[in-house]
Amino acid sequence: MFLETIPDTSGYMIAGFGVCFAVMGIYILSMYLRGANLKRDAEMLESLQVENKKTKSKTDTAKKK
Amino acid sequence: MQPKPIALKILDVVSIISIAAATYLALFFAPTEAVMGQVQRVFYFHIGTAWVAMLGFILAAVAGIAYLVTKNMLWDRFEVAAVEVSAMFFFITIALGSIWARPAWNTWWTWDPRLTTAAVTELIYIAYFMLRQGIEDPEKRARFGAVYSLLGGLSAPITFMVIRLFRTIHPVVIGSQSAAAQGGFSMTTNMRTTFFFALFAFTVLFIDLIWHRIRLGGLEEKVEQLKLEASI
Repeated sequence: MFLETIPDTSGYMIAGFGVCFAVMGIYILSMYLRGANLKRDAEMLESLQVENKKTKSKTDTAKKK
Repeated sequence: MQPKPIALKILDVVSIISIAAATYLALFFAPTEAVMGQVQRVFYFHIGTAWVAMLGFILAAVAGIAYLVTKNMLWDRFEVAAVEVSAMFFFITIALGSIWARPAWNTWWTWDPRLTTAAVTELIYIAYFMLRQGIEDPEKRARFGAVYSLLGGLSAPITFMVIRLFRTIHPVVIGSQSAAAQGGFSMTTNMRTTFFFALFAFTVLFIDLIWHRIRLGGLEEKVEQLKLEASI
């Protein structure tokens, strides 16, 4: 009538904690990678902007001459 | 991106320590539940993640209102952060619930009112990102996102209340539950300590991740602006 032993559900427990930490880990990793990619893009776009400004000022001076 | 503030660095460390302590308490401090056995230990993380997810969905709705009133893009950034972090935590809640349900209910999934509303809520917020990705104009995207998160926010209280209003097999650990509920248990002092500590730990982690995501949002806006300037 009554349960004499505690059922062995440790496999499910390990799976539960495993899933929890795996999902959190993947999310943190994705955030890190997105940040790194965006930083690279920002640096590249900023350097392009500086180059464009330089080329523009050179053409303007050439035109004036 | 601006250098990481000291407060955020401290919060990172506190989050790691809190989650490690919550794991220790759940695994070694809380007693083994007599009917379900070891799997009951995932309950502390199931509730912890559910709590922060619900909090985040409601905060996103509030941020949506704030954006619509002020038109300040910072609110939009906060809203995106709250939805993204909450959707991640809610996915864990559903996965943990399913893992717990297998030995407790003898099934991975059943279309019980709580499980159904939880699945609908998660899908609503996955669709939120699909909606945002389809809109190029940042202001229009923020406006649509704000209205959507405001309407989506209604699903959080519905999901929370459904087990208290309808006949369901999902147990209610705090408060009275339906007669059909299966897998409920009463908490001992150590269980209660672990439970409240897990709530605290996930709240700290939630704040930490939101802060990181807001900073990432700032960088996204900067890159978007630079791309716009480059295309002109």
